[in-house]
Amino acid sequence: MSIEAHGITKAFGAFAALNGVDVNVPKGKLVALLGPSGSGKTTLLRIIAGLEFPDPGSGRVLFHGEDVTDLPAGKRRVGFVFQHYALFRHMTVFENVAFGLRVRRHRDRPSREGIAERVHHLLQLVQLEGLAGRYPSQLSGGQRQRVALARALAVEPKVLLLDEPFGALDARVRKDLRRWLRRFHDEIHITTIFVTHDQEEALEIADQVVIMNQGRVEQVGTPQEVYDRPATPFVYQFLGNVNVLRAPALAVALAQTGHGAEQNPDGLIYVRPHDIELTPHDAGGDGLSAVVRHIHAAGPQARVLLEQIQSREHVEVEISRSELSDLGLKVNDLVRIRLRMAHSFEEDYAI
Amino acid sequence: MLLTAVALLFLAFFLVLPLAAVFIQAFEKGAGYFLKSVLEPDALSAIRLTLLTVAIVVPANVVFGVAAAWAIAKFSFRGKSILTTLIDLPFAVSPVIAGLVYVLVFGAQGWFGPWLIAHNVRIIFAVPGIVLATAFVTFPFVARELIPLMQAQGTDEECSAVALGANGWQTFWRVTLPNIRWGLFYGVILCNARAMGEFGAVSVVSGHIRGETNTMPLHVEVLYNDYNIVAAFAVASLLALLALATLAIRTAIEWRTEGSA
Repeated sequence: MSIEAHGITKAFGAFAALNGVDVNVPKGKLVALLGPSGSGKTTLLRIIAGLEFPDPGSGRVLFHGEDVTDLPAGKRRVGFVFQHYALFRHMTVFENVAFGLRVRRHRDRPSREGIAERVHHLLQLVQLEGLAGRYPSQLSGGQRQRVALARALAVEPKVLLLDEPFGALDARVRKDLRRWLRRFHDEIHITTIFVTHDQEEALEIADQVVIMNQGRVEQVGTPQEVYDRPATPFVYQFLGNVNVLRAPALAVALAQTGHGAEQNPDGLIYVRPHDIELTPHDAGGDGLSAVVRHIHAAGPQARVLLEQIQSREHVEVEISRSELSDLGLKVNDLVRIRLRMAHSFEEDYAI
Repeated sequence: MLLTAVALLFLAFFLVLPLAAVFIQAFEKGAGYFLKSVLEPDALSAIRLTLLTVAIVVPANVVFGVAAAWAIAKFSFRGKSILTTLIDLPFAVSPVIAGLVYVLVFGAQGWFGPWLIAHNVRIIFAVPGIVLATAFVTFPFVARELIPLMQAQGTDEECSAVALGANGWQTFWRVTLPNIRWGLFYGVILCNARAMGEFGAVSVVSGHIRGETNTMPLHVEVLYNDYNIVAAFAVASLLALLALATLAIRTAIEWRTEGSA
């Protein structure tokens, strides 16, 4: 089922959490709402779920083209998974998963055997068959998260909404679980929106990323689109490291990359550290001269901190370790830098 | 080590010793006299009145306390802070004042007094006054016990239940209530203990009519003023027993909740 939100505005007192947000989620996709804390992503998710409501008269939420703005959460057929799982602590795993079926009206409620069968099927799906009798406090974080997912799926939702699904887990489990979620989504193809502040997570598993900031949508696109062609300086800075340079001299260097920076030489230039090429200075060529100030060679990539000679601006460059040893760089060496890919934005638009 | 010793010594002198004294005095003239003091008609009437008051006040305050705590902890609305303050009011006001307020409102010279007399309704110097005064004084116990607990638990579980299709009642009975059951139970015990033991407010509104409007604490006072010390302590020992039972239950609950957490 497709999800659309049009012109959603929501204020909590004087704080505008959402400011005319439009989002469009095609059927069967896995979409990430990505943004820093306070960007309104969770509020948007809760409004889609029906746990919050947009400010009166501000916007509409449509499921499959149908207006559900005024429907309460229980009537929207959504599965919602909370950041801290929100499992019912006094119920076993089995009871938790069965809850959504048990609270149905008598005529819609499956038989006792029907419920048991469905619960066991779901526990199998999330690979927790053996734990039906446990209480939430006896499970690990990753297991709790999967129980929460099974519980949300029990009511056969048309839409799955996950609020920071991996936020409370440690780094390793996070990585495993997010890959598992991607595979899981590929199996059941349910329209899914998940909220995250972790750009790596969003870029790795989402079909589409919605980047939010201060109650607005900054950009929507596939992970590759938003990473390679950020629409705003915010997106540039949020999705990974970036050098922000002012030097007009760089604009000249930029002209070679064909990104139109020469049209506004007064703008700020955004370039990712791995989009900068280093060549030895005495090899000649058209790059800008810079001096090596620091070399951090720990980790998979080497980070070289340079000072550009004309403007005295600092530039961070990421190159592979082998490239570093080929260049044989040392502190205070002179090098030439070329920008492979860069964008420029008006200065007043910068953050 | 020294601090612990000081604390224990203090407790022994100011809590254990008086408590022991109550029981020693109560049985000074033997078990027979104890039973006679507790079973004489005025004492029985006082016990009956106390139990009746408790039977009305505690359920009423449970309903109110749960409703207020649920509203305060799980929702945000205008006037929430006023409601929170109002719940604490009985703690801040002297019980005697609480009693006087009811006399002022419902007494013969009070606002509604003439009207009530004209319609032959007695509130002051009768059971309704005692119930009202006790309810006022014990008003905060359940709510105060539940609010921090419910606030700490947050609303995620309720939101989950709602998103899974549960209605308000189902959410309350299946999710909220089971999560607060021990806190609620303890709130009820405390409320009960206070309702039985309340003296000041009840003293003002009751009129001390023996065999009619004397609750247990008032009966103890009457006996004491009659120099019937042993009988006074006999009835008092029943109240002291209640205090001990409350403590025991509290310890049991704490032990239980720690075990399951």
